Amino acid sequence: MSTDTSFATRAQEENWLPVLELAVEEVFEIMLGSRVKPVTQPELKPKGEFTAMVGLAGSLCGILTVCCSAKTAAEMAKRMLGDATVSPSEIADALGEVCNMIGGNFKNKLAGTDERCMLSVPTVVSGGEYEFYSMAEGKSVETIMLFEGSSIAVRLQLQS
Amino acid sequence: MDKIRALIVDDSSVMRKIVERSLRQAGIELEKVLEASNGSEALAALHENQVDLILCDINMPVMDGLEFVRAAATVPNAKGVPIVMITTEGSESHVVQALTAGARGYIRKPFTPDQVKEHVLPVLGRKP
Repeated sequence: MSTDTSFATRAQEENWLPVLELAVEEVFEIMLGSRVKPVTQPELKPKGEFTAMVGLAGSLCGILTVCCSAKTAAEMAKRMLGDATVSPSEIADALGEVCNMIGGNFKNKLAGTDERCMLSVPTVVSGGEYEFYSMAEGKSVETIMLFEGSSIAVRLQLQS
Repeated sequence: MDKIRALIVDDSSVMRKIVERSLRQAGIELEKVLEASNGSEALAALHENQVDLILCDINMPVMDGLEFVRAAATVPNAKGVPIVMITTEGSESHVVQALTAGARGYIRKPFTPDQVKEHVLPVLGRKP
């Protein structure tokens, strides 16, 4: 029996968007105690003041990014920590962990992917004045989720 | 119930705080909480301190959680101390690797306080 699950994984690509959205919803509900829902209006795309990214390698190869405004990132950190005030490093740390958990939760939901896909430690960029170039130029899946009235963009970009 | 000394190993300081809060929510009284941001720091902490419980992430820089679990087996202060992994890596092979290396429990992130209670209390010899 073949142990190569990459074909099976890629064959599920059409269903990735709802799987990604479910992965995001679960992380927010469990770790932040907040319900988030996908929105379809492209004008709601957030200001990219904070971007967290986690690399994927193995049967899925690419990058997962979570992008939001500074205010939204701070609100997420407050929710996670249950504190009224959070430091800049806690904001970056919390956003990185959210991205990490979304990546892990997403791959755990794809049959056959989990065993052969590794995540990197997260990286967080603050400030919106940058261009993002990924070497993983292939299929991408993106969703905009509404969190406490603010939008968050979650994007999975994979190598062909 | 006796208070315990816990070592929490995760490269995210936010996650270390959440794990500590979850332990308290599970009704575990903490006498002391040590923190480490990778396996290497955790080993150093174990050489200097006696703990009753270790909670450890897998994906960390410098020394990952699986390597730490294997290395901890050679540290006298870690002998018999239960290690519970808390990680985004949810695959069966990671679970098997962790348990084979000596971990006593495995919690997948994202996790609820109830899951921490369910997996941690038994390794401390308490009823969940």
